[in-house]
Amino acid sequence: MMKLRAILIMTVYGILVTLASLWMAKQSYSWFPPEASAEAKLLDDLFSLFTGLGTFIYLGVIGPFLYSLIFHRASKYDMSDGPPIEGNIWLEIVWTATPLILVLTLAFVSYRTYEKMAVRGPMELVHLHMPQMMQSAYAEPFDSKPQQEIQNALITAPIEQVDVIAKQWAWVFHYPKQDITSTELHLPVNRRVRFTLHSEDVLHGFYIPAFRLKQDVVPNHEINFELTPVKTGTYRLRDSMFSGTYFAANQADVVVQPLDEYQQWLADAASQSPTPAFNRAVFEYSKANDREGATKDKVAVRGWDTIPPASPPVVNYAP
Amino acid sequence: MTNISIEAPETVRGQPYPGAPDNWRRFFTFSTDHKVIGIQYIVTSFFFFLIGGTFSMIMRGELITPDADLVDRTVYNALFTMHGSVMLFLWTFPVLVGLGNYLVPLMIGARDMAFPRLNAVSFWMIPVVGVLMLSSFLVPGGPSQSGWWAYPPVSLQNPTGNLINGQVLWILAVAVSGVSSIMGGVNFVTTIFRMRAPGMTWFRTPAFVWSVLAAQLIQLYGLPALTGGAVMLLLDITIGTSFFAPERGGNPVLYQHFFWFYSHPAVYVMVLPAFGIFSEVLPVHARKPLFGYRVIAASSILITVVSGSVWVHHMFASATPSWMRILFMVTSMLVAIPSGIKVFGWVATIWGGKIRFTTPMLFALGGISNWLFAGITGIFLASVPIDIHVNNTYFVVGHFHYVLYGAIVMGIYAAIYHWFPKMTGRMYYEGLGKLHFALTYLGTALTFLPMHPAGLMGLPRRVASYDLEFAYWNVIASIGGFLLGLSTLPFILNMVSSWIRGEKVGNNPWRAYGLEWLTSSPPTVENFEELPIVVSGPYGYGRSRPLVGNIPNPGLTEFPESLTQQKS
Repeated sequence: MMKLRAILIMTVYGILVTLASLWMAKQSYSWFPPEASAEAKLLDDLFSLFTGLGTFIYLGVIGPFLYSLIFHRASKYDMSDGPPIEGNIWLEIVWTATPLILVLTLAFVSYRTYEKMAVRGPMELVHLHMPQMMQSAYAEPFDSKPQQEIQNALITAPIEQVDVIAKQWAWVFHYPKQDITSTELHLPVNRRVRFTLHSEDVLHGFYIPAFRLKQDVVPNHEINFELTPVKTGTYRLRDSMFSGTYFAANQADVVVQPLDEYQQWLADAASQSPTPAFNRAVFEYSKANDREGATKDKVAVRGWDTIPPASPPVVNYAP
Repeated sequence: MTNISIEAPETVRGQPYPGAPDNWRRFFTFSTDHKVIGIQYIVTSFFFFLIGGTFSMIMRGELITPDADLVDRTVYNALFTMHGSVMLFLWTFPVLVGLGNYLVPLMIGARDMAFPRLNAVSFWMIPVVGVLMLSSFLVPGGPSQSGWWAYPPVSLQNPTGNLINGQVLWILAVAVSGVSSIMGGVNFVTTIFRMRAPGMTWFRTPAFVWSVLAAQLIQLYGLPALTGGAVMLLLDITIGTSFFAPERGGNPVLYQHFFWFYSHPAVYVMVLPAFGIFSEVLPVHARKPLFGYRVIAASSILITVVSGSVWVHHMFASATPSWMRILFMVTSMLVAIPSGIKVFGWVATIWGGKIRFTTPMLFALGGISNWLFAGITGIFLASVPIDIHVNNTYFVVGHFHYVLYGAIVMGIYAAIYHWFPKMTGRMYYEGLGKLHFALTYLGTALTFLPMHPAGLMGLPRRVASYDLEFAYWNVIASIGGFLLGLSTLPFILNMVSSWIRGEKVGNNPWRAYGLEWLTSSPPTVENFEELPIVVSGPYGYGRSRPLVGNIPNPGLTEFPESLTQQKS
């Protein structure tokens, strides 16, 4: 009778936990910025899977934990000990093996997602000539759409090249084909884009949350980095690797446009002669070093000496 | 055992040497008594905990609005650097060394640590570290502003051009702290290997001692890497070598390997003793043996081994090749196995027990629930694609604060309350303790939970200003941060007043198994009048079997008469 009741309670709890996990897995999509790249969809699916399983484990452990805390309390004058159970070999094997299988599975699924994202720059040159081979290599995605988008982008057009220059504290985007520079990153939708990342001084992090991708920019290294924007709109590029005093202000806008608008923008930018762009770090630095003490109303506590910002970037286009 | 030959003649008055003060003044001397050193460590590091906490509250004050309007950006950057450095090098490491110092010799039935003078030297280096670290506020250019990682090239940039600058002082402080920790590591490992009481085989050694051993082994293999990296960084700054400086052909990513090779395992140096504390506290307050004790003990050593090969997961977004990312993803995820074994073991320990919600029990339970959450988000972070999105965002900040505050600080509090009657002979006030727990638990959730969604939305860590969309979560986190600051007040009040005039309790108020509970409270200088001979394993709850053969086992086998018995 006790056993039957226990099984019943466990079954009901198991069902509830499963439902809650499914619900959380669904909810997890809403915790992110818009899915503006094909890679973002892949990541969000993976994250949803992790959230579902994570919720299941959390509730699966915390349920018995709380049950025990509620129902296995000692009464005030009960000075006796609990049952001297020191272990259970089968239980211990089960709770060693289960997590092992689980994390190996998660590692494998993560690996597949990583492979599908194919953020490794140089590799893609090979795939470009053999798109059919790539198809067969990725046989069982749990949602093939983002991958298709990456594929289509690769098949329909050459990869769009953008050079990214990071410095203290500005982002400059150079379009080598047209030899245009900009402080705002413009990208065509549904085209594979390859960035070549340069840093002029320290480490920076090239991070666009809406794309779910990030790569540190390392001085003296050229790092290739690829992605496929799939949704038009304006997003934010943030420096993700701490880069000194004005680190937090080192941001830029990313505009994903339809192809024709993008090409129009390139043409417009090409027609403009380079001029110094507004730079937040330079602006704040000059204000802080103003002898008149203009910063007094700006911040409550004055700071220390800082590395001066690089002079404002001279670019064809600035927002 | 080896230590019998070096036994000092028994002193009646409880002094390590003739003329030593045996009142509060002994805490201000170069005492070689591990118990005095332990308390010196705990109290000193708690002072730094308050300083580090003050820094964080100023930061939360800045972050309560999107603009950088409370302090200058350089000040904010200095604050988060100092917050991290103080909290790790001057609070978490030393306080756990302090608890280990106090408890390990008592738990293994030794009269002191293996090298008592070395022990005192390692402690007295902590104030030196503190002075070096905090004096950097007074040098021109202010303290280090490169984060507690001190990644070059930012850490190599020296705006004032002075040789004595915040970054140099920071490196010196970290180096001294490293030397102190290595000394501590040698001392702990030797003590645990060589000085266990007769009859205390490895599988009769308490889980806390296992976890301290596992943690200190990490110190021994890992710290040389960090110290080496710090020396190279120092040379780069001061005499212009080119290990890491890119403009001179150095490789800044190399530093990251040196740094994380130690600093990821360092998290296990901190969390393992907390695990040990959970494993000690739960059986006492649930009146049940630790479930799967041998596996829990061995899993600590497993963590030591696995943690040596996971460091690159901090560098997934650095210039790391794909094979490295995938390899370290798998090794990092494997840490979930020994950690999981422990959590399941703890749940099974309280299952069917006779649970009492004492303050240490509440902190241990709270710590375990936070650890469970932090462990799950840790698996998220080990996954390369997820990490590439959330790396260096507030998701990571939320995750490791759940580990450090949610699990480790909770564990430390649990330990302090649990062994407070042993350290002082007096009981703390339960009401204040419960208030402290409630504020801490609520504060932890309010502060660190909102950091996860903020990070998923793309808020980078270490920013002094942020876009408006992140304001909502930041305001909640700031309120939680102030609440955490407030939560230390009942703790301080409780500790001070209980130590002075708390109710006197006997040697073993918890009716706990363990050698430390067999001696007087507070224990005399050499701990035991007669060295115990251990005849059974720890956690003998429900069995009424004696723990030691040669001295009476009050509170274990002849309960309840001895419960209220005063110190004899």
